[in-house]
Amino acid sequence: MKTYDIVIIGGGPAGLAAAVSARENGIQDILILERDKELGGILNQCIHNGFGLHTFKEELTGPEYAGRFIKQVMDLGIEYKLHTMVMDISSDKIVTAMNREEGLFEIQAGAVILAMGCRERSRGALNIPGYRPAGIYSAGTAQRLVNMEGYMPGREVVILGSGDIGLIMARRMTLEGAKVKVVAELMPYSGGLKRNIVQCLNDYDIPLKLSHTVVDIKGKERVEGITLAEVDGKGKPIPGTEEEYTCDTLLLSCGLIPENEISRGMGVDMNPVTSGPKVNESLETNIEGVFACGNVLHVHDLVDFVSEEAKTAGRNAAEYVKNLQADTDDRDKHSREEAAEIVLNPVEGVRYTVPSTINPVHMDENLTVRFRVGGVYKNCYVSVYFDEERVIHKKRPVVAPGEMEQIKLTKEQLMKYPGLKTITVKIEEA
Amino acid sequence: MGTVTTRELTCIGCPMGCPLIVTMEAGEVISVTGNTCKRGDVYARKEVTNPTRIVTSTVRVSGGDADMVSVKTKEDIPKGKIFECVKALKSVEVPAPVHIGDVLVKDVAGTGVDIVATKNVESI
Amino acid sequence: MYDVIIIGSGVSGSAAARELSRYKAKVCVLEKEEDVCCGTSKANSGIVHAGYDAKEGSLMAKLNVRGNAMMEQLSKELDFPFQRVGSLVICLREEDMDKLQALYDRGVANGVPGLQILNREEVLEMEPNIVDNVYAALYAPSAGIVCPFGLNIAMAENACENGVEFKFDTKVQRLGKKDDIWEIHTNQGVFKTKYVVNAAGVYADKFHNMVSEKKIHITPRRGDYCLLDKTAGAHVSKTIFALPNEFGKGILVTPTAHGNLLLGPTAIDIEEKEGTNTTREGLDQVLTKAGQNVKDIPMRQVITSFAGLRAHEEGHEFIIEEVENAKGFIDCAGIESPGLTSSPAIGEMVAGILKEKLHLEEKENFIATRKGILDPNTLTKEERVTLIKEKPAYGNIICRCEMITEGEIIDAIHRPLGAKSLDGVKRRTRAGMGRCQAGFCSPRTMEILARELDIPMSEITKSGGKSQIITGTNKDQL
Repeated sequence: MKTYDIVIIGGGPAGLAAAVSARENGIQDILILERDKELGGILNQCIHNGFGLHTFKEELTGPEYAGRFIKQVMDLGIEYKLHTMVMDISSDKIVTAMNREEGLFEIQAGAVILAMGCRERSRGALNIPGYRPAGIYSAGTAQRLVNMEGYMPGREVVILGSGDIGLIMARRMTLEGAKVKVVAELMPYSGGLKRNIVQCLNDYDIPLKLSHTVVDIKGKERVEGITLAEVDGKGKPIPGTEEEYTCDTLLLSCGLIPENEISRGMGVDMNPVTSGPKVNESLETNIEGVFACGNVLHVHDLVDFVSEEAKTAGRNAAEYVKNLQADTDDRDKHSREEAAEIVLNPVEGVRYTVPSTINPVHMDENLTVRFRVGGVYKNCYVSVYFDEERVIHKKRPVVAPGEMEQIKLTKEQLMKYPGLKTITVKIEEA
Repeated sequence: MGTVTTRELTCIGCPMGCPLIVTMEAGEVISVTGNTCKRGDVYARKEVTNPTRIVTSTVRVSGGDADMVSVKTKEDIPKGKIFECVKALKSVEVPAPVHIGDVLVKDVAGTGVDIVATKNVESI
Repeated sequence: MYDVIIIGSGVSGSAAARELSRYKAKVCVLEKEEDVCCGTSKANSGIVHAGYDAKEGSLMAKLNVRGNAMMEQLSKELDFPFQRVGSLVICLREEDMDKLQALYDRGVANGVPGLQILNREEVLEMEPNIVDNVYAALYAPSAGIVCPFGLNIAMAENACENGVEFKFDTKVQRLGKKDDIWEIHTNQGVFKTKYVVNAAGVYADKFHNMVSEKKIHITPRRGDYCLLDKTAGAHVSKTIFALPNEFGKGILVTPTAHGNLLLGPTAIDIEEKEGTNTTREGLDQVLTKAGQNVKDIPMRQVITSFAGLRAHEEGHEFIIEEVENAKGFIDCAGIESPGLTSSPAIGEMVAGILKEKLHLEEKENFIATRKGILDPNTLTKEERVTLIKEKPAYGNIICRCEMITEGEIIDAIHRPLGAKSLDGVKRRTRAGMGRCQAGFCSPRTMEILARELDIPMSEITKSGGKSQIITGTNKDQL
C-alpha cells in the first residue's frame, strides 16, 4: 500500500490552501485527491469577481483566485490526482479511492485533511409541493451549465432563496439573455451579502420578495409557472397572498449542506448545527490526525476565510505528522491529556462556534473563533464570557445569519485563567 | 447655490457592505460618510456621478480542454454599457490555449477597456 | 398485423408482455411515454404485500398471494432488488383488536403463510422504533419490498429480448374493430391486431368504455410520498402499516429495496389523470401521520417528495377478462394496490387467457433470465479492479451520492429498451436519486447521454416530450 504523510480529500480552495500550508510547514509527502477534472473546486464556476480582497488585497474572479493557489501547488510540486473519487476512509486512515487509470486503490495516510466542501439543498429537502417537471435546478447546477458549459437552463426565471449563489445567478442569467422575474426569500432578511443585493438585483431591477416562498409548481413536462405566497412568522404560507408567475425555470438557492458522508463513515463526531465535524483549536476532529476545513466544516460566505482556516488545518496537520515522526518522549509532551479542554458554549443568538473545544496548551498565540447568529440583531454586543466573567463585549451595528462572525482569542489571555472550563459566546442586546 | 441632497448607498467595494451616505450640492459630492475605508469613498463618488461595474462573462473557445473560458473587463466600465459589452462577446470565439490575463477583446463596446481571460484553457 | 397489442408498459403490461413472450406470437406494446414504467408503476410504495387485505375469494386476494409467492424466484431470474423483510400492521388501541383479528383471519383464509399477532413487547423487540403506546401488531413474514422500477424494467427488457416489440411515444387515440381485426389509431399511425390487452392504468376506463356499453370508471387516487436519505433507511427494518381504513392502508413507513426510508401515501381522489402534483396538505399529512406509528423519524432527512396515482375502480377489484361483446379485447383494469405485488400473477393470467384463445405454442428458445445492470458495489475489490482495467468507465463515479459509475450509465443507455432521458437513467441506475437529487451529476449524465446517443445537448430531456433540460446557449437571445 502506498503511504503519504498527509492526504487531503478535495482540491477546492480549502484543500489547496491546506496543502500549501502543510508544505510550508515542512511536510514533503502530500497528496491531494480531487474528484473533478481540474483543481479549484466550485471556484471554477464562480466566474464573478469579489474574491481575494482579504488574501491577495485585490479583487479577483473565482477562477483567478483558484488559479493563484493552483499555481502555488504546482510550484511546490505537491502531488495530486484528478478524476479520483474517495470511496471511504477507515478510522485508521486508510483511504480507499477510485479512478479510471488505477481502479480501486488504498493509501495509508499519516494525517487526513477533510476538505470535501458542500452541496446545495434540493427541492425535495425543501418539500416544495407541485409537479416535478424539467426546469427546476439548484442555483449551482445552473451556474455550472451557464459558466462552464455555455448552456442556458431557461429563459424566464424565478429564484427561490437569496443566498449568494442565487443572487449571483440572477445577474448571470440576466446578462446571458434570460429574464429573471423575482427572487423570493422565505426569511424576513436576505441570506446573501448586501453588496450582492445591490449589484446583482438592484442594478437590474430584479425584485426581492422577503418572507415569501414557492407554494406550487405548474407544468408537467417543463416548468410553466410557479406560485409565490407570503409566509407568516413561522414560515407558513398565508392563504390569500398567492401570486402567480409564468416562467420556465425555478432556481433554488436555499442553503448549503457540508458533504460529510465520508467523515461519518470513518466515525467523525458531527455538530448537528453545522452538519460538519466537531473540531478542537487545531481543527482536528475526534479522530486524532484527522482535520477539517472549509465548507465541509461549516459553510462560509467568503473564500478568503476558507483559505485562512485551511491554512490553519494544514499547519496543524503538519505539526501532527512531525510529532508522530519525532521520538516518543517528544510525542508524550504533545499528548492531549495534559491540559483540560475548554468547551465553547454558543448561546442566546449564537448558533454554533468553530472550534467547539480549545486546549490552551495546544493553541497558537492567536485563535480565530468563527460563528453564525440565528437572526438579525441591530445595535447589539458580541459578548464572550470566561466561565462567569465577561471578557469581550464588542458593539456591532448589525449582525445577520448571512454573514459569518468571528472573535479572536489569544493564548496569553487564556493562560491567565487556569482551570477555565467554559467559554460562552452570546449576543447581548443593547 | 444648489440644493443639498443626500443619497444612501450600500458599498460594493468589499463584502462588508457598508451603508454610505453621500451628500451632494449642485451635482458635486460634498461628503461621504459611513464608509470604513477609502474604497467606500471612491465607490460613493463614482456611483452618484458615473456608476461603473466590473463585468464578468464567458467566451467560446475552440480546440481547448474546455468549451468556454471565463472573462472579465480589465477595469470597471460604465453601468450603462454592461449589456453592450456582453453583446459584443456573443460571436467571439478564441482558439486555445488561453491563459489568465490574455486580452481576448480590445476596447470592448468602445469603453476603452479590454476583455481579459480569467481562466486557463489548454489546447488539446 | 399483430397477434396481441398491449396498451401500456407499466408493471401489468410488461408482466403480460413477458409472459406472452414465452409463446410463438407477434406481440407489441404501445406506450404513450418515452420509456416503460412512467405512470402508476413508477410512483408507489414498492411493497410486496403479504395478502391479508383483499377480500376472501376475490381475484385481488388470489393474485396478491400468488404474486407474492412468485416474486422471489422472479427476482432471481430477472435480477432485480427484492427483499422479504416482513411487515407489521400496528394496532394502538385495545378496542381495535377485533379489526386486527379480522385481518389475521382474512389473511389465513387467503392463504397467507406465517401470520402472527404480536403483543406490545414482541413488537418493540422486533422493531424498537415503533411508538411506545403500541398495543399489538399483525406480523406477516412473507411481505417484502421491491424496487418498482427494477421489477417493471426487468420484465419489459426480458420481453423485448424474447421478441416483443415496444413502441414508445405512441399514444392510443381510438380503437375499433373491423372484420374481426382490431384497429388501434395512434399519433404514430394505425396498428392492427387480433387481440388487445388494455393495461392502461388510470386510462384503462377510457379504452374499455370505447368498446363496451358496460362502462367502468377509474378514479385516480393520488398518493403523496416523502423519501428520506439512506442515513435514515434503517429506522425500521420492516414495512410498518397503520390499521387500514376505507381509503386503503393508510400512511406506511418502510425501508426501500435500496435502503432509503419511504413515508406515504396519502389517498386523495382526483379527476385529472396526470395529476401527479404533490400538495402542501398532502405532504403535511404524510409527515404527521407517519409519526403516529413510528417514533423519532428524522424528518430533516427528507430528500424528495413525489406523488403517484392508483387506478381505483369503484368495485375495488382487479378486472382481468375479455370484455363482454368485445371479443378480443382483454381488460387488465383497476390494477391498484396490491397491483405491483400481483403483477407477475397478472401477467401469467393474461397470458393464460390469450394462450387458450390463440392456441399459442411455447417457444423453444425462450430466454428465461435477464442480467440487470452490474452494480460494482456487489463485487470484491479484486473483481472491481479487473472490471475497471477492462472498462475504465467503471472507475469514473458520476453520481457521488449513490456512487454510480459512468460504466453503469453507459450500460443503462445501451441495453434493450435503454434509457433516453435523465429520468430513464435514474430509474435504471439510481444516478440522481440520492441526497443531492442530481444537482452535481445531471450535467455529466447529460453529456454521457448526448455522447452515447449521438444527439445534441439541447435534445436531452428529463423524461421525454418537451422536458428539455436546457433552452439554448449563452447570449443566444441577446
